[in-house]
Amino acid sequence: MMTTAVRAGRQPATMAQALRRALRDAMADDPSVHVLGEDVGTLGGVFRITDGLAKEFGDDRCTDTPLAEAGILGTAVGMAMYGLRPVVEMQFDAFAYPAFEQLISHVSRMRNRTRGAVPMPVTVRVPYGGGIGGVEHHSDSSEAYYMATPGLHVVAPATVADAYGLLRAAIASDDPVVFLEPKRLYWSKDQWDADRPEQVPGIGRAVVRRPGSSATLVTYGPSLPVCMEAAEAAVAEGWDLEVVDLRSLVPFDEETVCASVRRTGRAVVVHESTGFGGPGGEIAARITERCFHYLEAPVLRVAGFDIPYPPPMLERHHLPGVDRVLDAVARLQWESEWTETNPGGR
Amino acid sequence: MTVLEQPGSYRPTPPPAWRPRTDPAPLLPDAEPYRLLGTEAAAGLDPGLLRRLYGHLVRGRRYNGQATALTRQGRLAVYPASTGQEACEVAAALALEEQDWLFPSYRDTLAAVVRGLDPVRALTLLRGDWHSGYDPHEHRIAPLCTPLATQLPHAVGLAHAARLKGDDVVALAMVGDGGTSEGDFHEALNFAAVWQAPVVFLVVNNGFAISVPLAKQTAAPSFAHKAVGYGMPGRLVDGNDAAAVHQVLSEAVRHARAGGGPALVEAVTYRIDAHTNADDATRYRTDAEVETWRAHDPIDLLEGELTRRGLIDDDGIRAEREAAERLAADLRERMHQDPVLDPMELFDHVYAERTAQLRDQAEMLRAELAAAGEPGAEQEGAR
Repeated sequence: MMTTAVRAGRQPATMAQALRRALRDAMADDPSVHVLGEDVGTLGGVFRITDGLAKEFGDDRCTDTPLAEAGILGTAVGMAMYGLRPVVEMQFDAFAYPAFEQLISHVSRMRNRTRGAVPMPVTVRVPYGGGIGGVEHHSDSSEAYYMATPGLHVVAPATVADAYGLLRAAIASDDPVVFLEPKRLYWSKDQWDADRPEQVPGIGRAVVRRPGSSATLVTYGPSLPVCMEAAEAAVAEGWDLEVVDLRSLVPFDEETVCASVRRTGRAVVVHESTGFGGPGGEIAARITERCFHYLEAPVLRVAGFDIPYPPPMLERHHLPGVDRVLDAVARLQWESEWTETNPGGR
Repeated sequence: MTVLEQPGSYRPTPPPAWRPRTDPAPLLPDAEPYRLLGTEAAAGLDPGLLRRLYGHLVRGRRYNGQATALTRQGRLAVYPASTGQEACEVAAALALEEQDWLFPSYRDTLAAVVRGLDPVRALTLLRGDWHSGYDPHEHRIAPLCTPLATQLPHAVGLAHAARLKGDDVVALAMVGDGGTSEGDFHEALNFAAVWQAPVVFLVVNNGFAISVPLAKQTAAPSFAHKAVGYGMPGRLVDGNDAAAVHQVLSEAVRHARAGGGPALVEAVTYRIDAHTNADDATRYRTDAEVETWRAHDPIDLLEGELTRRGLIDDDGIRAEREAAERLAADLRERMHQDPVLDPMELFDHVYAERTAQLRDQAEMLRAELAAAGEPGAEQEGAR
């Protein structure tokens, strides 16, 4: 019910509540915003992010569709052609794959194909990532596929305030946005005022979550809390780590990332997605190209292993954790010369 | 004898909540494709409509011929002709009202032209210029769609959105026989039926998906029969009988406009030309088969009807052919003018605004163009 979000002043609120409130406020402000997906109506979505929307705005504004992801996104394309602003829910990361053809061949290209005549203001919400004990097909980090498709914005909030602000920005955007919701952060809490949500920077702007001077951790989405925890733990080791939250992978905020790395001289990119062919490779390459003369050590990556997402009983070994981040930091050539025998080497 | 071998032999009590959602009988197509030309029913047809259909068919045939010729002259990268299928193209365009939307496949350039799109702009994609060449909102024609059947859910979404807004809009979406095998065909028809969206699906069954014949594409009694499975009416029509296709489509459009929901129409026709100019049809079909269909030509069928009923004479036929020649001459002349493309436009319309990365890349290309003394470099500063 919406009532959980309607409270006075800053209160502990979950990311799920902020997302729900963002959808509700967007629908209230703009009658062209339509939510559609599997179970989003009566049930309120399997994660309850759309809870109450069908009741408040009716089934035509928040629609339970047939169970077919390509059909959902394909009809959203037609709705956008007619001036609506569809917000599509893909139930889980790996259930979004049937919609890839519509996403890649049409959603990402319609503006380009028609030379601006037909924009695609479509938001594709994808509950993504692991750490919730999900069985196969419920824990994928699929951001690299989306990043590799020109025409799409790829956004991943990591805080309650960003969940609200970035989702509002995504829905208001005239470009298609793949909005990756870190499902293990759905129930994470921050102090947040639902009635006066704080202004957050727009899509395409990274934010320094923790200033530091020794090295930069570059991350986003579900790995942000891991990096924040690692940065606190690193104090005991004598490292003062800066943490940059990318917030959006596309557009990529090179300026903020490079400014940080030029200050610290060292960088580790942290994400759940696989390392080989994952976002970290692109980010590390850009840092190296732009900041080479400032770097004291190679840019390192801490990523999920290059394996299909593992079963729940083994996922803690796969997901980048605090120790693995600290091990990587330890390998950032703190001595004058790099040695392969560094004890933190993995 | 098993249940499968003898339906009805096994009649258990149905489960408690079961009942049929809809009566399938009225949804079923007739056993034979619907025909009008040469039948008694044709006498009731509007002579003006028949003359209009005829003029479009004659010009359409010439358009197909001229576009194919332009591929040989290197003026078009590729042209998938609708030669022999002109009745479907023309009828689809004429069945729609001004405010309606057409969703063509890549073979339906002619339908777009009949709906009013400039013949040269309709060929923008196929000449290697930008991917669409027209603003879809101008004539309410979606971009010619290359990935098979993916335009069908777009038609459903657009028609659904229009109905939600209270607008009187019907969408007509065209797909080939091969396209019906794609998953998007299924999903689009299912969504349309569940939402009762005002959409008409036209399957232009021309017998081939490049080289693959119908028998390898489907085991359904007809494509029109597939409609029953979705709970919408299916209609089967002779795709070379322009009057029949026009009547069936017009009725389906009226039905959808009145709130009756979607319909599926299968028009049975034949692709007289190869898949495209790059294809060799002799590898997969016989000349005799093609000749059989040439004897059932859409222009001849309609010309016969008009002549028999004294609705056209030799002068009238000559006048239509001359109009077609003028169209072809105009097409030839304008297609021989090379389009001017600005390479700096590569970075436009990827997003509403260029990203920092695209600005860097645009700067790189601008510098390359300047170094090579090529046009495009000088305007970039203004962007």
